[in-house]
Parts: sequence; structure tokens; C-alpha cells
Amino acid sequence: MASRIALTDHFRESRLVNDRLIFAALFAVLLFTVVMVRLVVLQVVEYEHFDSLSDRNRVDIEALPPQRGLIFDRNGVVLAENIPTFSLELIPEKVGDLDETLLGIGDLLAIPEDELIELKQQIKRHRRFNPVVIRQRLTEKEVAVLSVNRHRYTGVDVVGRLIRHYPHGNLFAHTVGYVGRINERDQKIIDELNYKGTLQIGKTGVEKEYETILHGRVGHQKVETNVQGRVVRELHTVASLAGDDLFLHLDINLQRVAADALGDYNGSVIALDPRTGGLLAMVSKPDFDPNDFVTGISRKKYAVLRDSLDRPLFDRALRGHYPPGSTLKPFVALAGLELGVITEHSESFCPGWYTLPGQDHRYRCWKKHGHGHVDLKNSIAQSCDVYFYDLANTLGIDRMHNFLDLFGFGQRTEIDLPSESRGLSPSRQWKRDRRNQAWYPGETLISGIGQGFNQTTPIQLAHATATLAMRGVSMTPQAVRAKRKAGQEEVQLHLAETADSLPMEDSQHWETVIDAMVEVTHGRRGTARHVGQGLPFKMAGKTGTAQVFTIKQDEKYDAATLARKLHDHALFIAFAPAENPEIVVAVVVENGGSGSKKAAPIARKMINQYFGITENE
Amino acid sequence: MSSLLNERQQSKSFGLTGFLSRIHLDALLLLGLLVLLAVGLMVLYSAGGQDNGLLIRQLIRMGTAFFVLMILAQIHPDRMRDAAYLLYGLGLVLLFSVLAFGHEGKGAQRWLDLGFFRFQPSELMKLAVPLLVAAYLAERPIAPTTGRLIVGLLMIMVPSFLIAKQPDLGTSLLIASSGLIVLFLSGIRWRIIIGFITVCASALPVLWYFMHAYQRQRVLTFLNPESDPLGSGYHIIQSKIAIGSGGIFGQGWLEGTQSHLEFLPERSTDFIFAVIAEEFGLIGVGLLLFWYLLVAGRGLFIASQAQTSFARLLAGSISVTFLVYVFVNVGMVTGLLPVVGVPLPLISYGGTSMVTLLAGFGILMSIHTHRRMMSP
Repeated sequence: MASRIALTDHFRESRLVNDRLIFAALFAVLLFTVVMVRLVVLQVVEYEHFDSLSDRNRVDIEALPPQRGLIFDRNGVVLAENIPTFSLELIPEKVGDLDETLLGIGDLLAIPEDELIELKQQIKRHRRFNPVVIRQRLTEKEVAVLSVNRHRYTGVDVVGRLIRHYPHGNLFAHTVGYVGRINERDQKIIDELNYKGTLQIGKTGVEKEYETILHGRVGHQKVETNVQGRVVRELHTVASLAGDDLFLHLDINLQRVAADALGDYNGSVIALDPRTGGLLAMVSKPDFDPNDFVTGISRKKYAVLRDSLDRPLFDRALRGHYPPGSTLKPFVALAGLELGVITEHSESFCPGWYTLPGQDHRYRCWKKHGHGHVDLKNSIAQSCDVYFYDLANTLGIDRMHNFLDLFGFGQRTEIDLPSESRGLSPSRQWKRDRRNQAWYPGETLISGIGQGFNQTTPIQLAHATATLAMRGVSMTPQAVRAKRKAGQEEVQLHLAETADSLPMEDSQHWETVIDAMVEVTHGRRGTARHVGQGLPFKMAGKTGTAQVFTIKQDEKYDAATLARKLHDHALFIAFAPAENPEIVVAVVVENGGSGSKKAAPIARKMINQYFGITENE
Repeated sequence: MSSLLNERQQSKSFGLTGFLSRIHLDALLLLGLLVLLAVGLMVLYSAGGQDNGLLIRQLIRMGTAFFVLMILAQIHPDRMRDAAYLLYGLGLVLLFSVLAFGHEGKGAQRWLDLGFFRFQPSELMKLAVPLLVAAYLAERPIAPTTGRLIVGLLMIMVPSFLIAKQPDLGTSLLIASSGLIVLFLSGIRWRIIIGFITVCASALPVLWYFMHAYQRQRVLTFLNPESDPLGSGYHIIQSKIAIGSGGIFGQGWLEGTQSHLEFLPERSTDFIFAVIAEEFGLIGVGLLLFWYLLVAGRGLFIASQAQTSFARLLAGSISVTFLVYVFVNVGMVTGLLPVVGVPLPLISYGGTSMVTLLAGFGILMSIHTHRRMMSP
């Protein structure tokens, strides 16, 4: 063996390789024989079969897109349906001269030139044997014009399709959401096969969150087509499986009342069933018509929505950040009771301002001349700021923060809707980590009245109020109540999970705070005393006003002289009946001014609607 | 003796063959290639919908590729051996850069945009891998020792893995096979070959066991494309109809209905064999496959006549790999093998593979025509 290193035996080496070359040649001949056998099978043995498939009639395979599941409200009213429309589609591979075809069609349908250029680019990116949609929702006249001219353009066809329709337009724009054209970003995450033949995909709201359930399963059929490409016979069909229908907790009547009550103000109204977490109503204004998005919104229309200063596309209910203002007070009061800092009878003296020891700065109460001596009940009923400055100061920011955590402030509620915001519940730790700054005692005071760094989303506010209403039983908010398999009668409940029960040292603390909230709406000096009048039961509520801009020391806030954009945000949280709550409402009216005047009446209208109370005004 | 005779014949020969030999071209191989290219142009004219522009672009590619062939034929095989490590190293660097900032084309990262033209480093590797493995093994007497065998395997696996990651599984497997063919030709023991195959085969069930359900589904679709009639199965179904309807004699040139009615996707590129089968029938494809065997046979003959182990291994690998390409493409189009994007050599429309293939044949010609000048 050692000799192998020293000497190269050329003759032996060449024989070694040549043997292998002969073997490789024989093996290649064997493989080619296998291929020839295969070709004989295809071209001789099965010739008749394939020839009949190819002769005059050809086999084509078409995707059968599934029908998208419908969406209903709790009464069975349709919120999202599928309606038949005609669209013009083009199969790039079958088109002769693309430019000529596009120009011709552009002429017939009056498609502007820049759109044609865009279409051409889109067609070039597409697989050549898959259809590209040129125009959806053709009018009858357009269908007629195209039919007459059909012979002039090969590879272009008018196709009947079902498209999504939202019969209530703007009303559920942010909640049910909308479907839109599958774009390149969607393409990367979907199962391409399952979306063959499907043009739309859920983009926002329930439509997005429940996309996989609503979409269904694609089917396909093998068809024989004649030379003109028309279907002659179906050979084999695997039916598509329609998506599941969804039943929401939403009540269209309540939703309507919420939208009407908000009027032309920006803001959000949410109603929850605290017992289940079911979302009864959710409105965010301004809104838009989701139908515009289904078949691709025009650039111009989109630009208007996108560039509007009121941001109609922005879902305020789930993503709007607002200072909770005085609506935070019941929760802070509960913290005081629970941590033993105050009792039901603890009093503070309100001269109209509060100062920290050793400082001059006056933290003002909203009531200029003060509330005088106030106990817990009155501090909530009359929303005394000084009482809560004092309480917050004693609690300290960290204890307050940890307690508010239990109610979900600064956390997502995990509602079954996409893109929820987290909000912000400040703490010493947060300020150090995020802002790299120390916490100042004054910031604790304004946190105690829901100002400062506090940022709450309307859904968070509703959820926290529901937990309070249920005396600590926290239900995760849920938009979808049940689903139904396509073609079946039976409805499967889609149950919310009980998050957990908040531990409370003394369950009497709940009642103390709730009593105070009843006083807000029913008490002689409650900030929203007009709102509780004429109800056959007690409701509990709390007003809030969130400052949009800061008023200087000793300057008076005068709503009349300020532009509406600078008015305070009006907030109100409520539930009813107070002893045995069935509905929770959270209202945010942007620039509404006062919580009691603008926001509280909206909540009352919701409660009236829910319980079927008619009020004569 | 035989090589001596050959030498005398060549030095005495006059006319065209002699002239070609003096400019380092092999007449028989050249004839074989020109016939294939001519057939390719003819079929492309039909498959491409009688588009002259398409033909002209393909002709330009052929011209470029032929230029590369002639250049390589002038380079002495010893110089190629000297350059093996450099080319391979360069190829590896390019492969890494493709992964880092390659240009995405049709969903896979294989192109490197050099500004003036786009370049696929995996094409370089198609030649660099067998070149390096042959050069490395020929440094010592063959058959290689176990240690050298393992080094050779590593040389093959590293670029194959990088290309598989692009992801371009088809090319990766072809490059691996071109290297493995060199190992096979170098005379490694049958025991090792059979052992290697056994280990690979028995690893498959284990791999299967560890796969997720969706991965298994993908493998099944890959192996049986007809279970996915909306995806890759569409190609196969249409291609089988086209081939089958060709029958024994075919529909005639320019008469193939399946391809002209545009049922057959990618009929100018990967699926061009189906067009040939439809238009020229069993007789046509039989002759074509026979011609491929002849061209590769000439290559194998050149390998057997080569004077160094390096040249023998390299020439053998290039010839056998050529046949593997043909087999994989035809196997794919006829539904014998899974769908991997491999063009039909010298006939499919497309640029880079044409250059690489003719470059390989340039190397073969160089090996054959430089024999006289080699020291024994």
C-alpha cells in the first residue's frame, strides 16, 4: 500500500477509470431505456386516451373558490354578505398583443391611462396562466359592451363572481372591518393554493381576525374545453367548502344608537355585556364605507381618507389613546380602600387646590372655590380632584400602578379583533426604562386623577368598568359569539374564557365604590345627576374630562372662547343595573368639552335602548 | 499504441477535420452539438409561437456560448487543473454573497446583479465542482484513500448545501451528482458505494419521522405532483397529454395543438421536450435521445483516451452529467420524476445553462486536442 503514494501506475489507473466509464455508459443506456419505455407507454399504449383528451376537446383545470362565510349580528341581521357581480379578467398567456388588448379594453371601459400602465405591470408580475382582474363590479351596460366586442380580444373574459358587500355601510366599518384585494404582502403569508381563484382577503376587524374560519377551502374541477376555451363537459369536481358563518355579540340597534348619539363628533362608544365579555356595540368615528375597499379603492378616494386630519381609517375604539381623566377615580378609590390607606369615611378638605409639602405649585381642583370637606362617596360623586391628589400621594405611584394593573390598564384586553393598542399605565420603572428620567411626586398626583402619562383605549376603559361592575370577575371581551358550519343549522358557541377573579380583602369595598358611582348619576350633587333620572333601576357611572392642552396657573378654562379642536375630551363610563349589571358602556367624545354634558347622555341612550326604555323629553 | 496511432493520424490529417483539430476543436463532437442546437432552434420556433425575436435572442446566446467553448478549448488541461482551487474558491465567495445580497427572481435567490449583467454563481459551480474534485483526487494515485474521499465529499457538499438554501434544490442535486460521478469514476470501492447508498436510504424513514405534517405533505406533493392539480400538477397533466397525443409519428412540425393552444406552460423552457414529443412523435424523441447518447458517447470516448487521471475524471464527469441533465428533464416532463426546474440541455430557451454546457464541451475538446503536447 505504501507504494501507492510513491508511484503512479498510469496503466492501472487508466484501466480503473475506463472500467467505471463503461459501467456509467451502460447505466446511462439503462436509464434512457426506462425513459423510452415510458414514452412508448404514453405515446403508443395510452395514445388513444391522450389523443381523445387533446383532440378537439382539451382538459383544463379550474379552481373553485370557496364562498366566504357570512357575518351576522346577535339578532341574525346580516352585516357582511356576498353578492354576485361581473368582473373582467385576463389570462396573460392567452392574450395575443397585450398592449393592443389593454388599449382596446381601456377604450371600451374608459380606464385612464395611468391605470392601464399599472395593470400592465401587474400582469407582468403575475403567473402567465392565472387570471388577472382588470375591472370588478361591471355595470350591466359595461357587460353588454364587452360581450359585443368579445371576439376582438382573446384571453379576456367577463366572469361572474361573488364579492363581499356590507349592507350597513359605515356603521360597522371599524368593527366588522372589510376585505380587500390580496396584495403582495398577503401573498407571502397565505397558503397560495387555498386562495387560487380568490381575490379578496380580510384586512381589518372581524374579517381579518377570523380570516381562516371565514375563507373556507378551495375546490377544483377538471373540465374539457373546446378550441375556443369554452367548457364542454366537467370531468371531475372536488367541491369547495364554504367558510363558516359568524354570529357576533354586536346588536345592530345598539350600534345604531351609539353612532347616532355620537353625531358628528369624533370619538368612540363601546358597550359590553359584563357577564360574558360580549361586545354589544363598538363605534369609532369618523368612519368610512368599507364597501369602497372590497374591489380596490381608487387612489383619489383613498388619499382623501388617508390625508384627512380626522383620520377616519384609525380605529379609535381599539387604538385611540386618551387620558382616562376622572373615570380613573373609582379604581384609585378602590386601591385606597383595598390597601388600607383610606376607609369609607375618610375625609379630605378641598379648598380648590392642593400643594405638596414644601412646594408652592398649586394642583388645582376643577371646582375653583373647592368642595370643602368631602368623604369618599362625595369625592367620586362630585369628582373632587383634591381628594384624589391626597389619596394618590399617600398611595404612591407604584402601589397605584400595581393595583390598576389588575384591571388591565396599560395592557391589551385580548379582544378577538386585530391591532389593539396597549395604552399606558405609568410607573416609576416605566419612566426610568423608557424615558430615562426620575419620577416626580407631582406626577403621582396628576396620575391619581387620570391625567399625566395615563393613556387608555376605549376598549380598555370598558373592560375595566366591566370588571368593576362584576365585582372583580374579569371576562375577556369577545366580538364573536358563535359560528356555524356552512349549510348547517346548528350553531356552535364560541365561548369567551373567564380571565380571572380579582381577589379583594373585603368585598364590601366593591359596594362602597359602586354606591359612590350610583351617586354620580342619581345623587343630588352628582356630576351627571341628570342622566340617572327616570330609570326603573339604579345605574352607576363616572364622568371624566381629559385635557387636550394645559391651562396655565390661575387661568380660567372657557369653553366658549376656544376653538372646538382645543376643547377637552369628554368621557363617561357606566353600567346598569348597578346591583346586577347587564350592560357596560364606555364613551369618549373627542373635544366634547364636558363628560357630564356630552358623554353621559350617550351612555343613557345606550342603556335606554338595551332595556327598551322610552323617554319623553 | 492506440494513442500513438491517433497522434499520427491527427498530424497527417488534412481538410476540415485537420483544420478543426489545429484550432483545438473536435469534429465529431462539434457535429453532434450543432445538430442538437439546430433541432433546438427548430423546436423553439414552433414552441415560441413562430417568434423570430425569440430565435434571434437564442442565436445570440448560442454564439456567446460557442465563443466560450472555443476559448476553453484553447486552454491546456494542465492550466485548468492549476485554476481549479481558485475557481472553486471564487464560486464559494459568490454563493455566499448571493445568499447575503442576491437578487430575487421567481421567488428564489440565485442571481447576482453585477450591474451590467446578472450572473448565477451556481452555474460556475456546475463546472468548478467536478474540476476541483478531479484535480484533488488526481494529485495522488487513485483510487483515493478514505481520508481523501471524505475531503472530496466535503468539497461537493458545501456548495450543494449553499445552493439548496437559495433555494434551488434541482441545481443543488445536479451539482452534487457531478461531483459524486468524479468520485465514482475514480475507482472507489463498490463496498463504499453500496454502503453510502444504504445509509442514505435508511436515513429517509428517520427524517420522515421527524418532519411536521405540513412538511410531509409538501414532500408527497413533490413526489406526486398530480395530487396538486392547481399547482405543479397542472404542468405534468398538460405535458402528459401533449406527449401522449403525439403518438408514434407526431402531429408534425408547427402542428402541435397542445403547445399552440397554449395549454402547456413553460413550453419554450423546461417543458420543451413535450412539444418535441407532440410534434415529432415517438420516432422523433427516440432519435433525439439516441443523438444525446451519441454526443455523450463521444465524450466518454474522449475520457477514455485522455492521458492523465485528472483529464479522464473531468471528461468522464462532464459527459455523464450531460446525460443526467437529459434524464432528469425528460423524466420530469414525462412524469417519472418530481418537477425540478432543469432545462433540456442545448434545446430549452435560456441563457446561462447554454453557456455552461458548451463550456463543458470546450473542456472536453481541449482535453482531446491537447494530447500531443502532453508529456506522458
